[in-house]
Amino acid sequence: MKKELRLMKGNEAIAEAAIRAGCDGYFGYPITPQSEVLEYLMAEKPHERTGMVVLQAESEVASINMVYGGAACGKKVMTSSSSPGISLMQEGLSYIAGAELPCLVVNVVRGGPGLGTIQPSQSDYFQAVKGGGHGDYKLIVLAPSSVQEMYDFVGLAFELAFKYRNPAMILSDGAIGQMMEKVELDDPRPRWTDEEIVRISPWATTGKPAGRERNIITSLELDPAKQEKLNLKLQEKYRKLEKEEQRFEKFFCDDAEYAFMAFGTSSRICLKAIQLARAKGIRVGMLRPITLYPFPVDAVKEMAGKVRGILVVEMNAGQMIEDVRMIVEGKVKVEHYGRFGGIIPSPEEVELALEQIIIGG
Amino acid sequence: METGTVNSDIIREENLVYRKSRVLTDNIMHYCPGCGHGTTHRIIAEVIEELDIQEEVIGIAPVGCSVLAYNYLDIDMQEAAHGRAPALATAIKRLMPSKYVFTYQGDGDLAAIGTSETIHSANRGENITIVFINNGIYGMTGGQMAPTTLEGMKSSTSPYGREVSLMGHPLKITDLVARLPGSYFVTRQAVHTPANVRKTKKAIRTAFELQREKKGMTFVEVLSNCNSGWKMTPVQANKWMVENMFPFFPLGDIKVNGELVSK
Amino acid sequence: MTEEIIIAGFGGQGVLSMGKILAYSGIMQDQEVSWMPSYGPEMRGGTANVTVILSDERISSPILTSYDTAIILNQQSMDKFEPTVKPGGLLLYDPNGILRHPERKDINIYRINANQEAVRIGLTKIFNMIVLGGFLSIKPLVKFENVILGLKKSLPDRYHHLIPDNEKAIRRGFEIVEPVNVLNR
Repeated sequence: MKKELRLMKGNEAIAEAAIRAGCDGYFGYPITPQSEVLEYLMAEKPHERTGMVVLQAESEVASINMVYGGAACGKKVMTSSSSPGISLMQEGLSYIAGAELPCLVVNVVRGGPGLGTIQPSQSDYFQAVKGGGHGDYKLIVLAPSSVQEMYDFVGLAFELAFKYRNPAMILSDGAIGQMMEKVELDDPRPRWTDEEIVRISPWATTGKPAGRERNIITSLELDPAKQEKLNLKLQEKYRKLEKEEQRFEKFFCDDAEYAFMAFGTSSRICLKAIQLARAKGIRVGMLRPITLYPFPVDAVKEMAGKVRGILVVEMNAGQMIEDVRMIVEGKVKVEHYGRFGGIIPSPEEVELALEQIIIGG
Repeated sequence: METGTVNSDIIREENLVYRKSRVLTDNIMHYCPGCGHGTTHRIIAEVIEELDIQEEVIGIAPVGCSVLAYNYLDIDMQEAAHGRAPALATAIKRLMPSKYVFTYQGDGDLAAIGTSETIHSANRGENITIVFINNGIYGMTGGQMAPTTLEGMKSSTSPYGREVSLMGHPLKITDLVARLPGSYFVTRQAVHTPANVRKTKKAIRTAFELQREKKGMTFVEVLSNCNSGWKMTPVQANKWMVENMFPFFPLGDIKVNGELVSK
Repeated sequence: MTEEIIIAGFGGQGVLSMGKILAYSGIMQDQEVSWMPSYGPEMRGGTANVTVILSDERISSPILTSYDTAIILNQQSMDKFEPTVKPGGLLLYDPNGILRHPERKDINIYRINANQEAVRIGLTKIFNMIVLGGFLSIKPLVKFENVILGLKKSLPDRYHHLIPDNEKAIRRGFEIVEPVNVLNR
């Protein structure tokens, strides 16, 4: 049967996906350029469609802590925001990671620092993939490059979050949030029943029945020896994620002499730049990370052995390039081309950058 | 005590004067002798047991002296970040409306860093219960000035006494909560005498019972000494509390059935 | 087939919704589409523009610097986007309020008096559909029946009674578009 097709904004796709993924609760606060998520949810009346709770909180701080409370009950809960709001959520995210709770946080990135701009950017890469708040922890980070992926990654993020009991983030940007594309919608999945929640998340605080120990959700352990053990357990989980969940997409890599590396909106620009370069006879391909954490280390290594140079294209001052260089270990030239502060590079300038920085440089 | 020394004849139901609630764990509490936390924990456990809602309760511990409250109450609990307990409680209650949800918070947690969450959860009329322990000081971190520290009162960060012109006024946050349309039952109690313990227990029981009626937020402030933070013996501390805190934070119901109590 | 289009004018002229209807029409005939607006404070009464791409293939960059077609509805947009039309491409404009008309000789230029016509036939609110009709008569990228389906999809139900008027406006656009500079093929 043909699935329903809709023209949707990336932000709307996030919201519709949440309803259809059987999300139990969304807690958010308005901020450009992602306010459509909350607006769409409020207009759709998900409390009538599926029983999903949608609440406009008093701040991003409250939002993320509502997510904490809901996640601790084994519910599928999420929030979304844009860069300054995500900064406010870092304390809560650290607690959520420390307490090993599954949840989804969507960051529709805008340029910074500070109040910055409302235009798209990728300058929150470090914050997303290196932890972001205090302590040694990681978020699972997915980087959609289309509105369809905004939709698809909501379900995927929840799946991974529950599989690993870890917060997941969709790292998008203002361009993907605001643009409309064709989205293929899948059939709604029902929300989990109370019984399913107890089965899937036996650790959740759902009320202590006679015959089971009380469930406690905390990130506190005052005994350093025990706290170290908790940390080691987290690290073990991250190693497993790194082994099993690297996701990426390759474009025109078979005959590539050079390669772009880019995620999200930048990867779309690079795809056009590839067309421009190949029209000039330059054999360039692209490796596009889909999971920014875990980073597609193996694919980068493989590519580094095949090409003569890699241009990392980001809408920031050079963040993902640090990871690429660390993996490549100097075996091949890796350079950066970036625009920031809300500027999206044009395909023409990216193609020119390839010629000047990598090929001619 | 060796069991051999107990006269087993007197261990009879009719001789029982006190039995530890089964909703309290066997863990030894870390609270200072004479502190109100232990008593308030016991009261909450007894209310949960008497209402027979152990399976239906989810509690939230704060950051402060009672950060480990979940070690003592035999119920499902979550540990919140400093000040954020009402945000957690909001989500839990909305996602599981049939449960009883309460937060347990101190004055630094609730009335300083968590003021926004306190005010907004009350104003939204969340059907949760907040148990607010006010001892006028940051106990856990070593006796710093709290939003509730009285004028002239000494603390480690107001070593010469709280000077209002420099440090601002003590905050009567409970009175603020009572003035919001979303709060339904707001009261201020204490646990320094058996009579006060009984009143506090009744208040907490009322608060839990009202959750079932979905009338809005129920809020029970419990004044407590912090004898170690105040650098006093427990007896001195209780006397000081009665003489100094009660005049500024008078005991009694502030809002009942959604109406402010006229003084 | 890939068609890269910029539609630009004042906020309130229906620039974004015209793009949306065009994109939805593409979906109705199984095309890949993207609709990328300028967003931000300038939308509030200032200029508005949207990049619409229709393609039979996966769309690469949704943000472009040159276009196959520019649909231009005010002077600022004329100044900004006339130079961005690819040689051999199309520039369609409404002369209402235009002081400096397009001058390029290497592109196809068409004019549509949509504003004037909308007033004349009493359909000022859907003047953008007259423009859309003009565009589709020059470049029939989407079938007329798919435009109507696209309209139905992009308009909320409460506006569906206006679809016949929209249809009328699109048909009127077909009739009134005039060539200004047409390149030899």
